[in-house]
Amino acid sequence: MIVTLAFRNLFHDRIRLIVTLIGILFSIVLVAVQLGLYLGARKMIIGMIENASGELWVTSYGAKSFEEGGILLTPRERHAALSTPGVKAAIPLLVTFAEWRKPGGGSTNAVLVGTNPDDGGLAPWNVVKGSTDDITAPDSIIVDTSYLDDLGIKGIGDTAQIETGRVRVTALTHGIRSFTMAPYVFTTLNRSRSLLGAPADAYSFLIVRLEDGASRERVRDALRARLVGTEILTRDEFRDRSLDQWLFSTGAGVALIGGAILGLLVGTVIVAQTLYSSTKDHLSEFATLRALGSSSGYIHKVILTQAGLSGGIGYGLGMAIALIVVALSERTPLPIIMTPGLAVSLLLLTLFMCAVSAISAIVKVTKIDPAMVFSK
Amino acid sequence: MNRTPILEARGITKELGEGAGKVHALRGVSLKLHPGELTLLMGPSGSGKTTLLSILGCILSPTAGTISVAGESADGLGPEGLADLRRRHIGFVFQSYNLFPTLNALENVRLALDVRGARPVETIARAEAALREVGLGHRLRNFPRNMSGGEQQRVAVARALAGKPSVILADEPTAALDSENGNSVMQLLSQIAKDRHHAVLAVTHDPRTHAYADRIMRIEDGLIISDDRPADTSRNVTKIDVSKKRKANA
Repeated sequence: MIVTLAFRNLFHDRIRLIVTLIGILFSIVLVAVQLGLYLGARKMIIGMIENASGELWVTSYGAKSFEEGGILLTPRERHAALSTPGVKAAIPLLVTFAEWRKPGGGSTNAVLVGTNPDDGGLAPWNVVKGSTDDITAPDSIIVDTSYLDDLGIKGIGDTAQIETGRVRVTALTHGIRSFTMAPYVFTTLNRSRSLLGAPADAYSFLIVRLEDGASRERVRDALRARLVGTEILTRDEFRDRSLDQWLFSTGAGVALIGGAILGLLVGTVIVAQTLYSSTKDHLSEFATLRALGSSSGYIHKVILTQAGLSGGIGYGLGMAIALIVVALSERTPLPIIMTPGLAVSLLLLTLFMCAVSAISAIVKVTKIDPAMVFSK
Repeated sequence: MNRTPILEARGITKELGEGAGKVHALRGVSLKLHPGELTLLMGPSGSGKTTLLSILGCILSPTAGTISVAGESADGLGPEGLADLRRRHIGFVFQSYNLFPTLNALENVRLALDVRGARPVETIARAEAALREVGLGHRLRNFPRNMSGGEQQRVAVARALAGKPSVILADEPTAALDSENGNSVMQLLSQIAKDRHHAVLAVTHDPRTHAYADRIMRIEDGLIISDDRPADTSRNVTKIDVSKKRKANA
């Protein structure tokens, strides 16, 4: 009967129910969008690191992120790494911001990723046109379909210029987006050096792969002892550093999380207000329940069930809208991500928000005087 | 008739308000309600009827005095303890019916059983039986707004009955009803007292209700001033000398 009573109380005043649901709905959409943007940003920031197959990263000292590797490393570090016990491979990678000159005029920034896929370190993924092997073709560059307009090109075969060198699109990926808004463009390690005018053996990072059974910690300690002036980071450490740089040092992450908290607060206040007024309207009924001998816990359950039902319905509607927003954002530079984990977290957050909202109503009903049933 | 009281109040006093505004609503009321009896509690406005009903129903705690229901003392019980006592032993019928407008007749009665922790299947069977007993077997799915005042009060009686209480306390049960419906509800309460061996106490102003009473108590200025058994062949009216009490409480 608790659910029946809660449901009927809720649907008794349709206008108030609609206001409640709109409040929850906006709150959920806002929180879903903010957290979805956060997840989308996170995915973009760590995408390269997650797709590289190595347990350790060697970076120049103070490298801030994947895109900002700092000063270039030399063959000396690579040789020292390769001679360290437990190291199976030390794969060089050159990453830096570079100027992309559009074929139709104008220029934009791009993140040039110089990599040799055959080395097994990092290769473009989600290739939808052409193949990864096409990276070895003369002047080859691989770009993502999301950035064709930004790069001023239409597809495979188009040419452009990076710094002073000519490049030709030979393959397209899908979904490799960049948080910095500067598109990732892939070419071979040597061509990237040549485009940038960098020394023939220079690189930004070493991706270190370990021999089977080698201890990651021991190898890391050994590399730290041998490679002075560099940093040896695990994949997780490098990922966290990149996230810290782009999400927290820039304030972008704080803004996204702050927006989500604001959404929660707005939702909580709206639901609390409507639950409180609903409880006030039904006070004589709650007093009757109390006079009939119901425990205060029973009445609390009715209010909490009302809150839960509001939350459940509001969540359903809010998620439906949030999923539409997610779908619409798919082709934007900053796509919103909805994962099953986020959906479940949002449901729990919504129910928590509604439970917190019920506190004022519960406090009101706790003070109820059952003797009011005798007032005429 | 079983003379063991099902509800007993001794020396009940109740003070309301504080300081200069303090009111002595009850000034040492003692009474016993017996199973099988319909007792009327009558008195002018402000005499303390409703306060006494609230205390007998374990809704209010007295300032002094003791209450026991079905052998269980209410002394020292907090709000939850009193609620538990009400749940197990007391049924209420209110002047304004106090039905839940969003629930139909069956659900209104089921709710009273649900708060007692009865299983859903059991609540349906018992609620249907109670509604049939009050003559509303054909109105189970009707909402209060679609029922007459008399029918609503019958639902309220069924709700009180369904919990199988020892005592039914009714507050002006006929006040909002026309003569026909008022008689019908009083007949029902009288029948319940007899057939189910409940103690029924009704607070009323309505002289039409006298015909159904086994006992009529009158209250004035917070004191029981008479306790009459009209159906008794001896027609003994127990006139209570309250002058001493009044003087003592003044």
